[in-house]
Amino acid sequence: MAKMNMIQALNSALDVMMERDPDVISFGEDAGYFGGVFRVTANLQKKYGLDRSFDAPINEAAIVAMAIGMAAKGLKPVAEIQFADYIFPGLDQIVSELSRIRYRTAGQFTVPAVIRTPCGGGIRGGQTHSMSPEAFFTHIPGVQVVMPSNPYDAKGLLIAAIESPDPVIFFEPKRLYNGPFEGHSGGALASWGNHPKGEVPEGHYSLPIGKAEVVREGKDVTVVAYGTLVLVAQAAAERAGIDAEVIDLKTLAPYDIETIARSVKKTGRCVVSQEAPRTSGFAAELAAQIQEECFYALEAPIQRVTGWDTPYPHAHEWSYFPGPDRFINAMNAVLEA
Amino acid sequence: MAQDAPRFHVPAPHARPGDTPDFSHIEVQPAGEAKRPDVAVPGMETRDLALGLIGVLDHNHQAVGEWDPKLDADVLREGLKHMMLTRAYDDRMLKLQRQGKMSFYMKSTGEEAIAVAGAMALDKGDMVFPSYRQQGMLFARGRDIVEMMCHCISNSRDNLKGRQLPVHYTWAEGNFFSISGNLATQFPQAVGYAMACRYKGESQIAASWIGEGSTAEGDFHGALVLASTYKAPVVLNVVNNQWAISTFQGIAAGDAPTFAAKGLGYGLASLRVDGNDFLAVYAATQWAAERARKGHGATVIESFTYRADAHSTSDDPSGYRPKGEGEAWPLGDPIARLKNHLIGLGEWDEERHVALEKELNELVIASYKEAESYGTLHDGPLSPVESIFEDVYAEQDWRLRRQRQDLGV
Repeated sequence: MAKMNMIQALNSALDVMMERDPDVISFGEDAGYFGGVFRVTANLQKKYGLDRSFDAPINEAAIVAMAIGMAAKGLKPVAEIQFADYIFPGLDQIVSELSRIRYRTAGQFTVPAVIRTPCGGGIRGGQTHSMSPEAFFTHIPGVQVVMPSNPYDAKGLLIAAIESPDPVIFFEPKRLYNGPFEGHSGGALASWGNHPKGEVPEGHYSLPIGKAEVVREGKDVTVVAYGTLVLVAQAAAERAGIDAEVIDLKTLAPYDIETIARSVKKTGRCVVSQEAPRTSGFAAELAAQIQEECFYALEAPIQRVTGWDTPYPHAHEWSYFPGPDRFINAMNAVLEA
Repeated sequence: MAQDAPRFHVPAPHARPGDTPDFSHIEVQPAGEAKRPDVAVPGMETRDLALGLIGVLDHNHQAVGEWDPKLDADVLREGLKHMMLTRAYDDRMLKLQRQGKMSFYMKSTGEEAIAVAGAMALDKGDMVFPSYRQQGMLFARGRDIVEMMCHCISNSRDNLKGRQLPVHYTWAEGNFFSISGNLATQFPQAVGYAMACRYKGESQIAASWIGEGSTAEGDFHGALVLASTYKAPVVLNVVNNQWAISTFQGIAAGDAPTFAAKGLGYGLASLRVDGNDFLAVYAATQWAAERARKGHGATVIESFTYRADAHSTSDDPSGYRPKGEGEAWPLGDPIARLKNHLIGLGEWDEERHVALEKELNELVIASYKEAESYGTLHDGPLSPVESIFEDVYAEQDWRLRRQRQDLGV
């Protein structure tokens, strides 16, 4: 075991997999020599050579397409898109190609590439460094979508993503790269050093894709979250003294409906959350499915805690970001209903 | 002198329906004139080849000049046969589509040399990433015709389980990558594939084909950037058949000045070749493949040709181009030209040609009969309905399992 922040944990996952499997290669804009603008691919080029960890031209469609071609030839490419906000030029290659090649060739070709990308707000990133575009990807049959909330999960899930026979879109909440975040703007920066999930095995391990975790047990209300909001939801429950059960989803496609349904059937109340804008977000899928599965157990309408239906603002970030107050309001609303 | 007010420019073709076909603006460099450099030549030094036109067969159907690949008569006859089969197949499939036997079809009439010579000049182990108009490659690589037809009529034997539109073939065993409806997407994928071949230390290369219209897509640029940056062993073909559905090549910056020349800006070797000249396409592909295999990087090849028939069975070209434009095309017909070349060599004659045509037509008819015995789109049997939920992922997750139950299969 070692103390790692999320960056180090992701770097360790790549290191472990590149060590084990010569077909694993890593590339992206600034991801080679420099080691990535967030340092996730640091030292990989030095350790594994120029052709296993390299810089890519600034063309996200070409980066995804290169990964597809390489994966079709049997490599395990781990491509980085510098910010999730910039994944859109690569969207056609993801929607029309990466996700469908197994299907449209009836399994003759498979392209199990991993696309890593930092996402999420809370960092004064403004419109193009804060987005949470996961719902665009959960809507695509054929890709798995993963978003960890801490260093331990980040490493285990990235290793699982690299080992997955399917393509994986791997979102990394950059707000959590250096430390946990409970949603209080202006507070002191926390460190993963004192957090139990900052203890990370140095060698190989993996966490199952498609499996959620109850990170806080409770009886009164279920809160479903992923990424940064897992920590925000936990902190909100603590602060308000609400006996909430908080579920860290970890995988969005396919999401773990069993764990959610078991919890909601116990608590009878549910809050779903996402940083992204509300309309057609992933929380809407969660709410619909929970309603279908748990209708007779529900004692209140499901509440959504989300970003607003606006582009992500710069100056008014803390009025946009779904912080602990919004969680507390939502939990109270379902408890009082 | 009064100056015209500057206005924005929208190019238009030289002739529209009702006009006399006009290709007088097309300059054809005489066959045999182009120099054939060493395959190690720096990309920029192929400038004359990118702006000219590599041709081997001259007006008398003789093979001339440095690009003559000097193929055995057997190879030429094989090429001729694959091209004739491609045309016979296309003609039959069009008829069948008109009879309602399949939903859709796309012919490659006039472009058979590009697919067939391209495939024959590559190794069978090289991975091809074609567009939807290179069906000739499948014949050149020995794909079973019945299997091709089963795909087109989406029956129980369709190797794609009825999931793709007709002509979107995939044949992994034949190193024929999946055809996508999304244009140009496979161009940068082929570069990635080629990079992986090099990474693994294999001699295999990749090749891809897109139309001139699709060069306007961002993926064309992306592919050339990747190919240039990583010196990938890939052959990037632009089939310039003058028409992207109803839009002429000028709508894809085709007048500025050639599609091959676009490769020069990326430092890639760039050739422009007479696409209706089997020998020229063969020679250019062979050159580019050798260049790739020896580690000198990628080549862009523009094959200059004409889309002699409709874009697809959903298209009627009389709405946008003059009647008889195909006959006016200065580079003629690829099958007729290779046939005449072989006859000139004393290696072929009209009788054998007619007999082969008959044999191939019968083969195509018999193949369809057999294909139909495995089912048709309208009357079945199709692949089992539950197969729509398979191959989305390696394993079906709960969502797909439940949806399959919802469908009751």
